[in-house]
Amino acid sequence: MNPNYLEFEQPIAELEAKIEELRLVGSDTELNISREIENLEGKCQSLTENIFSKLTAWQVAQLARHPRRPYTLDYIYNIFTDFDELHGDRHYADDAAIVGGIAHLDGAPVMVIGHQKGREIADKVRRNFGMPKPEGYRKACRLMEMAERFKIPIVTFIDTPGAYPGIGAEERGQSEAIAWNLGVMSRLKTPIISTVIGEGGSGGALAIGVCDKLMMMQYSTYSVISPEGCASILWKTADHAADAAEAMGMTSDRLHELGLVDTIIDEPLGGAHRAPMTAADNIRQQLISSLDELKALSEEELLERRYDRLLSYGRV
Amino acid sequence: MSWLDKLLPSMSRSVKTEPSSVPEGLWKKCVKCDAVLYRPELEKNLDVCPKCEHHMRIGARARLGYMLDEDGREEIAADLEPKDILKFRDTKKYKDRLAQAQKQTGEKDALLVMKGFVQGQPVVMVAFEFAFMGGSMGTIVGEKFTRAAELALEEKCPLICFSASGGARMQEALFSLMQMAKTSAALEKLKQNGLPYISVLTDPVYGGVSASLAMLGDLNIAEPNALIGFAGPRVIEQTVREKLPEGFQRSEFLLEHGAIDMIVKRSDMRETLARMCGAMLHYQQPQPVEEEIQQPLDFPAA
Repeated sequence: MNPNYLEFEQPIAELEAKIEELRLVGSDTELNISREIENLEGKCQSLTENIFSKLTAWQVAQLARHPRRPYTLDYIYNIFTDFDELHGDRHYADDAAIVGGIAHLDGAPVMVIGHQKGREIADKVRRNFGMPKPEGYRKACRLMEMAERFKIPIVTFIDTPGAYPGIGAEERGQSEAIAWNLGVMSRLKTPIISTVIGEGGSGGALAIGVCDKLMMMQYSTYSVISPEGCASILWKTADHAADAAEAMGMTSDRLHELGLVDTIIDEPLGGAHRAPMTAADNIRQQLISSLDELKALSEEELLERRYDRLLSYGRV
Repeated sequence: MSWLDKLLPSMSRSVKTEPSSVPEGLWKKCVKCDAVLYRPELEKNLDVCPKCEHHMRIGARARLGYMLDEDGREEIAADLEPKDILKFRDTKKYKDRLAQAQKQTGEKDALLVMKGFVQGQPVVMVAFEFAFMGGSMGTIVGEKFTRAAELALEEKCPLICFSASGGARMQEALFSLMQMAKTSAALEKLKQNGLPYISVLTDPVYGGVSASLAMLGDLNIAEPNALIGFAGPRVIEQTVREKLPEGFQRSEFLLEHGAIDMIVKRSDMRETLARMCGAMLHYQQPQPVEEEIQQPLDFPAA
């Protein structure tokens, strides 16, 4: 099994391996097999299209966690220019599970903040698998309030399994840190755009996700609890994670349908990790047009709109 | 040791191990010290065990009954009922779970809102009903809480919340998560308008409720020995693979770590709330009756 492909993608992996083999043969001999390769590539394309046209919620959840999926910093370096990372909450520590800093989008300054997962083992550990502690949320809060002072719009990227459930995190007030951000973000006098790029895991995601415009990458997820967590509570076993994923409706299309998400950003065929530059460019386009929209509003309009939007969630 | 002394310990043991002989309704066993308590007396003691001071979990209606003045209570948004937006189904339909919880508690959802008075001071008070699906927060809880905050704003009075909740309601998925943002936004409005919000945390408060409205009080007050945290103890133990320290996530632990302002016994709660609201809103303190003051004759000129 090819580890770069998920279980449901294995038929694609096999076909691609075959094409690769033919290519090697082709360069060795005089035989003209380019037509054969072309033929197989077409087949591979339609097979991928076919598989990706009917993904289940659970398959999307796996894609959202794909080990090769672009993370926040990958996007930051490919969407913005002049990124300067800013560190620390000024009280306790610098949490590497959340990154933030000032960058430029299309020539104008923005404050970028996002969850950050690690790629290699040591990096994964250093980033705590993208699970922030209170100091991470407090750093984000500090940067967002700074952005407000200097009238810089805020762009956040959401990609976390959830806030870290550890002893130290509890001691330092994980709940308060999250709650505080929710309150602050509801009244910041600067536009906020949030994009779920991978996993949108519960309160740990929302703590940097209160916004004027909520966007989701096509194969990202956003939910109140992980499918495994939901299954182990309601079904009493994590084996029902696929059922839980389906029941919670955590995919971009379903959430868009429900009116909870404003924009779905298309991903390249096979997911963002198959063509990261295309994915980044799609986000970039959406960010630019959304920011233009929001910048046209007066401060009062912006805040009123955000408040009404928050209060409209489930208003009866 | 006399024959009587030898006999007594075993007698008391046998009493403890036979709770089944206690008739349902009139008697209640303390979950902490196992003392069998006479219910009318227990209620007079605000459902606090007179033997060990354990603060028992109580329903929302009983809570507001204990905390608000008898006169001038009015329930708010009582008619709001939950809807199964997602047609959620696990081993049971959400619709059926709701019906069962409603039948069992007599409430429409897990939050009760009332307008009333605490020792004569006007307040809006809300309480979570833990027996209703673990006091979980879905759209109706979020909506009722927000309406309570807006009412406090309108009436220019404090908002007081008694929380008891396992967190966000899974069966309403992302709608539930968004209630965290919604309630926090409403509280921020209250704050900007200089109105007090007092959050009283009662056993237990976890997850999405803890990480939003419950931790945002101008004052965060806890009842003694309540369990309060973001993640549940079992989840933390599985994650960190070590034993949790003694008293972890109890009110006293939170006080020590700076998360709450104070721990207040149920019997002192009304007075504390009235005193704090009074101070924050500069209510006139009831003045002691003025006595005629004898002016000293040789009062020196200033």
